[in-house]
Amino acid sequence: MPSPRYTREIPSRYRLEAGRCKGCGKVVYPARRICPACRAADFETVNLSRKGTVVTSTVIHVPPDEFLMEAPYAMAVVETPEGARLMTQVVDCDPSTVLPGMEVSLEFRLIRKEGKSGILCYGHKGVPVA
Amino acid sequence: MREVAIVGAGMTRFGELWGQSLRDMFAEAAVGALNDAGADHVDSIYVGCMSGGQFVGQEHLGPLMADHLGMTGVPATHVESACASGGVALRLAYMEVASGMSDLVLATGIEKMNDGADVTNVLATAADQELEVYYGVTFPGLYAMIARAHMAKYGTTEEDMAWVSVKNHRHGAMNDKAQFPGEVTLEQVMASSMVAAPLRLLHCSPVTDGAAAVLLCPLEQAKEYTDRPVKIIGSGLATGSMALADRADPADLDAVQRSARSAYKMAGVGPRDIQVAEVHDCFSIAEICCIEALGFVEPGTGKDAAREGFTALGGCVPVNTSGGLKSKGHPVGATGIAQAIEVFTQLQGKAGARQVENARVGLTQNMGGSGASSVVHIFQGV
Ligand SMILES: [Zn+2]
Repeated sequence: MPSPRYTREIPSRYRLEAGRCKGCGKVVYPARRICPACRAADFETVNLSRKGTVVTSTVIHVPPDEFLMEAPYAMAVVETPEGARLMTQVVDCDPSTVLPGMEVSLEFRLIRKEGKSGILCYGHKGVPVA
Repeated sequence: MREVAIVGAGMTRFGELWGQSLRDMFAEAAVGALNDAGADHVDSIYVGCMSGGQFVGQEHLGPLMADHLGMTGVPATHVESACASGGVALRLAYMEVASGMSDLVLATGIEKMNDGADVTNVLATAADQELEVYYGVTFPGLYAMIARAHMAKYGTTEEDMAWVSVKNHRHGAMNDKAQFPGEVTLEQVMASSMVAAPLRLLHCSPVTDGAAAVLLCPLEQAKEYTDRPVKIIGSGLATGSMALADRADPADLDAVQRSARSAYKMAGVGPRDIQVAEVHDCFSIAEICCIEALGFVEPGTGKDAAREGFTALGGCVPVNTSGGLKSKGHPVGATGIAQAIEVFTQLQGKAGARQVENARVGLTQNMGGSGASSVVHIFQGV
């Protein structure tokens, strides 16, 4: 796998940078060129709060190969206070307890090791708020 | 635009077809369609296939398949829209005939999933790689999230979903092309192993090899090929957000609603006019969401339809009389064409034990990814 991709993804994956549309206010994560709501192309950068609410969820029992050692694990669509939604694992808990409405904090974690060379891929995972 | 009819159909058995390669399956289905219509040539070929490249390392499927049909020289086009590839191939074939550009066009769908590829990873390429797959979600996982959103919003239960599998296997038991024609009980579905909670193994369509083909021509020429042509009266294709997180509501398949709306408008009919339908039940929850999006039932009430028999043979709108993707099998690129064959057969009155009495108008709905593309066709017996 070529490395430019990993550099390019640092702002969204490491810093949770999103774009707020200057036309309609919609927050898109990661940032895009064109607003999916109003098609404006002018955005300001916002950093998402490192927390959110579970919108929907599942527990993956049959995982892709790279995640074999982690199954069963919970995955959720999480909505941040800014209105951005993102797909994330929810960890450090019993996966069956991850249900719509749960409050989570978003923490910087190792997501996967990719390819034969085992490139370390980072991002955020949800952790239930005690 | 000219009126267009289907005049012939052919398909392989669906299943683990170890003895047949992608090209073998294509040739069997295509020749079946040509023979059914008594046609000896075609003007153009569409090949719906999600991922020959990843499943068997083969791209450039247009010329390959024309070659193996002994028709080198004929225009042939590969069409991809994930699991909706077959339905979109049908739409393009329909447009080519309707436009007057060609008279006799073969719409086909093929997929070879059992030749050793990592099926979980290949199917996941129909989801958003950067925003979804990167974090470890699988295809069943995405539909499981749709299911849980539907459960939270409408009170749908795991048992409601299980009834869809029971019903479709009951239908599939009458289909000799089906991969898993055996009936299953509610208890067996509810006790099957968990794949992605709340979806269990028997909520999921299987991994399947297969091919399907239909032959299209202008309605005014249809009687040259068959006594019982079936007219295509509506075609709708729509897109939705690629990532589940970007949908307004993950419980609703908005691309399905949009594709249905344009097909109904074009056909001049509504959901109440549909007498038989093949709907994309890649997972049991998908059939529940789709019959709502298609307008067969009110939003939020799809959960009751299979249990109460509304969508069973003999019910108000029999859905997936072929056994659906669940029982018949789901060779992803072939599915949309196989759906059209079931409705074609029903409207010809040739569906045997699973015939819907006096069926005149039928519908197919074929979906790509977790609902980011959907294509609907409406058919009428002539
Ligand atoms: Zn905007």
